[in-house]
Amino acid sequence: MELNAKLPEGPLAEKWDKQKFNLKLVNPANKRKYHVIVVGTGLAGASAAASLAELGYNVTAFCFHDSPRRAHSIAAQGGINAAKNYQNDGDSIYRLFYDTIKGGDYRAREANVYRLAEVSVNIIDQCVAQGVPFAREYGGLLDNRSFGGAQVSRTFYARGQTGQQLLLGAYSSLNRQIHLGKVKMYTRTEMLDVVVADGKAQGIVTRNLRTGAIETHAAHAVLLCTGGYSNVFYLSTNAIGSNVTAAWRAHKRGAYFANPCFTQIHPTCIPVSGDHQSKLTLMSESLRNDGRVWAPKTVAIAERLRKGEIKVTDIKEEDRDYFLERKYPSFGNLVPRDVASRNAKEVSDEGRGVGASGKAVFLDFAEAISRLGEDTVAAKYGNLFDMYYQITDENPYKQPMRIYPAVHYTMGGLWVDYNLMTTIPGCYALGEANFSDHGANRLGASALMQGLADGYFVIPYTLGDYLATIGPKAVDPNHPAFAQTKKDVEVRVAKFLSMKKGTKTVNEYHRDLGHIMWEYCGMARNEAGLIKAKGLIQALKADFWKNALVMGENEEINFSLERAGRVADFIELGELMVDDALMRRESCGGHFREESQTEEGEAKRDDENFSFVAAWEYTGENQPEKLNREDLIFENVKLTQRSYK
Amino acid sequence: MNLTLKVWRQKNAKTAGKMVTYPANDISPDMSFLEMLDVVNEGLILKGEDPIYFDHDCREGICGTCSLYINGRPHGPKQAITSCQLHMRSFYDGQTITIEPWRAAAFPVVKDLATDRSAFDRIQHAGGYVSVNTGGVPDANEIPIPKPIADEAFNSATCIQCGACVAACKNASAMLFVSAKISQLALLPQGQPERYQRVQNMVAQMDEEGFGNCTNTGACEAECPKSIKLTNIARLNGDFLTAKIFKSEEIHA
Amino acid sequence: MSGSTQTLSSSIGKKLIMSLTGLFLCLFLIVHLSGNFQLFKDDSGLAFNDYSHFMTHFPPIKVVSYLLYLTIIVHSIYALILTINNRRARPVNYVIQPKSPSIWSSRNMGILGSVLLLFIVIHMGNFWFSYHKDEWFKNHEGPKMPFKEYRTDLKTGKLVSAKQLPQGEYEYAKYVDVNAQQEITIAKDLQAQVIFSFSSPLYVFFYVIAMAALSFHMLHGFQSSWQTMGMNHRKYKPIVNQIGIWLFAVIIPIGFAVMPIVYYFTKR
Repeated sequence: MELNAKLPEGPLAEKWDKQKFNLKLVNPANKRKYHVIVVGTGLAGASAAASLAELGYNVTAFCFHDSPRRAHSIAAQGGINAAKNYQNDGDSIYRLFYDTIKGGDYRAREANVYRLAEVSVNIIDQCVAQGVPFAREYGGLLDNRSFGGAQVSRTFYARGQTGQQLLLGAYSSLNRQIHLGKVKMYTRTEMLDVVVADGKAQGIVTRNLRTGAIETHAAHAVLLCTGGYSNVFYLSTNAIGSNVTAAWRAHKRGAYFANPCFTQIHPTCIPVSGDHQSKLTLMSESLRNDGRVWAPKTVAIAERLRKGEIKVTDIKEEDRDYFLERKYPSFGNLVPRDVASRNAKEVSDEGRGVGASGKAVFLDFAEAISRLGEDTVAAKYGNLFDMYYQITDENPYKQPMRIYPAVHYTMGGLWVDYNLMTTIPGCYALGEANFSDHGANRLGASALMQGLADGYFVIPYTLGDYLATIGPKAVDPNHPAFAQTKKDVEVRVAKFLSMKKGTKTVNEYHRDLGHIMWEYCGMARNEAGLIKAKGLIQALKADFWKNALVMGENEEINFSLERAGRVADFIELGELMVDDALMRRESCGGHFREESQTEEGEAKRDDENFSFVAAWEYTGENQPEKLNREDLIFENVKLTQRSYK
Repeated sequence: MNLTLKVWRQKNAKTAGKMVTYPANDISPDMSFLEMLDVVNEGLILKGEDPIYFDHDCREGICGTCSLYINGRPHGPKQAITSCQLHMRSFYDGQTITIEPWRAAAFPVVKDLATDRSAFDRIQHAGGYVSVNTGGVPDANEIPIPKPIADEAFNSATCIQCGACVAACKNASAMLFVSAKISQLALLPQGQPERYQRVQNMVAQMDEEGFGNCTNTGACEAECPKSIKLTNIARLNGDFLTAKIFKSEEIHA
Repeated sequence: MSGSTQTLSSSIGKKLIMSLTGLFLCLFLIVHLSGNFQLFKDDSGLAFNDYSHFMTHFPPIKVVSYLLYLTIIVHSIYALILTINNRRARPVNYVIQPKSPSIWSSRNMGILGSVLLLFIVIHMGNFWFSYHKDEWFKNHEGPKMPFKEYRTDLKTGKLVSAKQLPQGEYEYAKYVDVNAQQEITIAKDLQAQVIFSFSSPLYVFFYVIAMAALSFHMLHGFQSSWQTMGMNHRKYKPIVNQIGIWLFAVIIPIGFAVMPIVYYFTKR
C-alpha cells in the first residue's frame, strides 16, 4: 500500500488552516447519528471524547483503570510547552516548531510539528478556562519555566504534577459529557481487538476485567488513545498497567507501526536498587534547571566512593566533573534528553558511576540552595525531593541525588496521516499511541502538548471529514466480522487459560524480555547485539507459549490472564523494535547506533539513506513484517547536525 | 527480613471474605510495599494458588489507584504517602502486617483488597467541572489570579482520589474528597458562575452514594497522602449553606 | 422536595442542626454558670433563690427555657440519627482497630453526649423537677420544698436574718417592712436542695465526672460547630479554637465542678 500522509499543500504556516477549510463537515443535526469509540482516557483520549461529545457525536469511552482519571498521563510532572511568548524572550510558533523538529533530529513531518506548535497556544487557554491551577506570578499571570532542548521559557507547569492537573481538566470535561449522556463510559474494560469490516474499522472487542465478559461495540470510527509501549523494557517509568495491546491488535489488523525503535530514555530517574524492582521513578527534567550533573573526575575516586571509603561530600570541587557543562557550554545541563542520557551512560561505563551498582551520576543542588535558599528550592521542587527521599532514604537537600537514565516515552507508534488516521480507514491513533510529532526524540514538556493538541484541536476537525464521507448510516453489529473477531479473542483467552501446567510466571517472561531489550535495544545499539536480541526474543516467545503459567478463570478478576495477553504482545513488539533498529543503520535522536557516530561520539544521522518514516506492515503470524517508507521532505528547515555545544 | 501477612481475601462483592495468613520471606528493606506483595504473589502463582488482588498502577504516588489499609491505617504507618510509596524499611523483621481493603458501604469490595470507588466519579459527574466547551475561551492571561489563591486552589487540586479519607474516617465520610474538588473551583474565578449550583449537586450525589457524615475528627487530614486540609471542608460547608440559605438559583420569569 | 427540607435533610444540613443547637447550648452554659455563681454568695442563699425564681417565672425567660429543652431533645435525636447513618456507612468493620491519628474527644462525642444527657436528666430531676413539682402537683404526698424568709436592712443592704418557714402554702414575695426599714423576701429555698444533694459524695463524684465529659465534649464540639457552619478564616478560626478550649473546655466545666466540691466541703 502506498502511504499517503495527506499533507496539505502551500506554505507551512497556512497548511493547517487550509486543511481545516478543505475537510468535509458533518452538519450539526447529523452529528448525533454518529457513534465514536474512544479507547483510553489519558490526555488524548479524555480530551478527544469530551470535545467530540461537545460537538454532538455519541461517544463510548473505555479504560482498563477503575476511573478515567488514573490514566498514566497523570504522572507527567514537569510541564507543557506552548508558544505563548509571555516571557518576551523571543519565542514564537516558528521557534517551537523549529526546536521540536530539531530536537526530534529531523525525523518528524514538518506540517505535523508546525500544527502542534500552532495549537499549543490554544491548549493553555483551554486548560486555564477549565480551572487547571497553573503556577502563577505574584501579578496573577501565568509563570513559565525553561526545559531541556530550548533556550526560551515556554513551559507552563503546576508544581510537580502538571500531568495530573491537565488530566483532571480533561477528565472534568469528560465528566460533564458523561453527566449529559453524550459519553458512555466503560471502566475496568480492556480493548482486545479492533473489528475491521468491509475494510473499515467499525468497532472493537473488549473484555470486562471484573466479570470476564467479552463484548463487541460498534461505531463509525475508533480512536486509539492508548499511550506508549515503554513497558516492553519491563522496567520503565510507565505505570504497571501501561501496555501496547490495543495498538498491537490494531497493527495485526492492518495498521502500520511506525518507527518502533524510537524510544526515549529519560536522564533523571532514580537508579535501580535491586532485582525485585517493578518500576522506575522519574523525576522531572525541570530538576536540571537548577541541578548540576556531575561524576567523580577519576575512576579511582568513584571506586572509593562506591566502596564507602569516602562520602560524596568529601569529594573536592576540583575532583568533580560537571560533564554536561564541560561538553556543552551553551546548553549545559539543559541539553536534550537523549544527549544527557547517553553522557550519563558513558560516564558510568567508564567506571566513574556512583551508587552501589555504579550505574548512576550525581544531580547536585548545593549551588542552587546556596544561591536561592532552601525555601525557594523547596517551593520549586519540594515534592520531587520528598519523593526521592521516600524511595532512597537519602536527603537531597543535604547530599546530591543519584540519577540514571530510564525508558520513559516511545516516539514510535501507529502510523497516522496528517488527519491522525491509521492505515485502517476509520481507525485513528492519538497522543503517544501514534508516531507523528516527535521524530526520533521528544523534547521535555511536549508529550502533554501533543496529547491535548490531538484530542482538543485536531481530531474534532479531522474526524468529521471521514464521517461525512461514510455517511451517518448506522453500523451493522451483525456483520460477520464482529462475531469472527469476538471468536478470535475468545480463542486467545481460552488458549491462555489452558496454560495451567507452566513453570514460569508471565511476569518472569516480561522481566526477561526487558533485560534483552535494555541490553541490546536500549540507549546504544549495534548490529551484532540486535541480531543476537532477535534470536533471544524468538526463543523467549517460543518458550512463553510452551512454559508460561496462567492462573484462574475468565469469569473473575484475573490479572494473571490480563498480564499474559499484554506480555505476549510485548514480546512480538520487541521483535519488531529490534528489526526496526537493525534496519535503521544511522543514529538519530533516541536511536543510537554505535556504528554511526561522529568523532566526538555524538549521534550521526544519515539523511541520504534514512530520512524516512519506517512504517511496518504485519504480514502474518511468524512472518517477517514488511517495511513501507514514507519519505520525509523538509521545505522549511535545513537539516544540520544537532549541536548543543 | 521475614514477615507474616494477614490479608483480607474475598472472591467478589457477593461472597463473604476472611483473613488469611501468608508468610513473606526474604524481603529486602529497599522493596516497596507493593513489590513485597508482588513477590508473595509470584510465590502463590507458582504454588497454583490464587494471587492476592490489589489495585495499583503508577507506583509513584500520583494515580491514586493503590488503596491498602495496612495495620489499621490507610496507606500504612507513614504520613503523606500512598501505599506504593511505602517501603519495607518502615517495618521490622518478624513483624505481622495486616492488610485490609477500604471499608465503606459506598466502596464495595471488588476482590480481595480492591474496592469499587466509582462513587467518587459519580460525584464529579454531578458537577465537578467548569462548563466550557473546547475552543472559544479567552486568552489564558486574561484571567489574572492572585498567587495565594492560585496556590491554595492548587493545594486542593492535588487530591488523587484514592479514598484514604473515607477509609480513615470513622464515619466513612467523603467530605474531604468532595471539599477538595469543590474548593479548587470555588477559589478560582473560572469556577464562580456555577459555584453554588455545583456544591449543591455534588453534595446531593455524595449523600446518595451512602457515605457517612463528617464529624470533624480530622482523621482524613492526617491520612491524606496529599495533605489536603480540613479547611476545605469548612469551605464546602460554607458554600453549601450559603447556596441553600442565601442564593436563589431559579430564574424569576 | 422543597429547598428548606432538602437543606436540612442533607448530611451538611443535619450537621448544621447539630452545630446550631450545640452553640445555643453553649450560650446557655455561660448564662447558667454565671447565674449559679450566686451559690457562692454568703447570704444564706438569698441571691440564688431570688435568681431561681426569676429564671422560672419571668415570661421571656420561660419561653427561652422551653426552647432550651427542645434544643436538648433535637440535639440528642439528631446525634442519634447521624450515628445510625454513620454506622450504616461502614457495614463491615476493620479487623484491626483504626489507628489514624485524631483527637480522642472527636471520636467519642456520642459517648460523652450520652453521659451528659444522663446527667441532664438526673440534674433536672433533682432540681428543676423538685422545684416545680409543688406547683404542678398541688396535692402530692411527701415533703414539699421549703420556703425561706429573708430580711435585709434597707440602709446597710446587709442581710439581717434568714429563717426557714414551716411547711405550708407560700408564694414568692418581696416587700418592704417600713417600720423595720427592712426588705423582706420570701422565696422557695432551692439552695437547701443544693446543700442536701451535694452532701452525698457519690453525687458529687458523678457531677465531677459529668463535667469532665462536658469538658471533652466542648473541646471538640465548640470549634466543630464553627467548622460545620463554614467558619474558615485564617485569622478568626484560631480565636474560635482558643475560646473553645479555654472558655468552654476549661473555665466552664471547672466552674460547674467547683460548686459541688465546695458545697461538699463547706456546707455539709
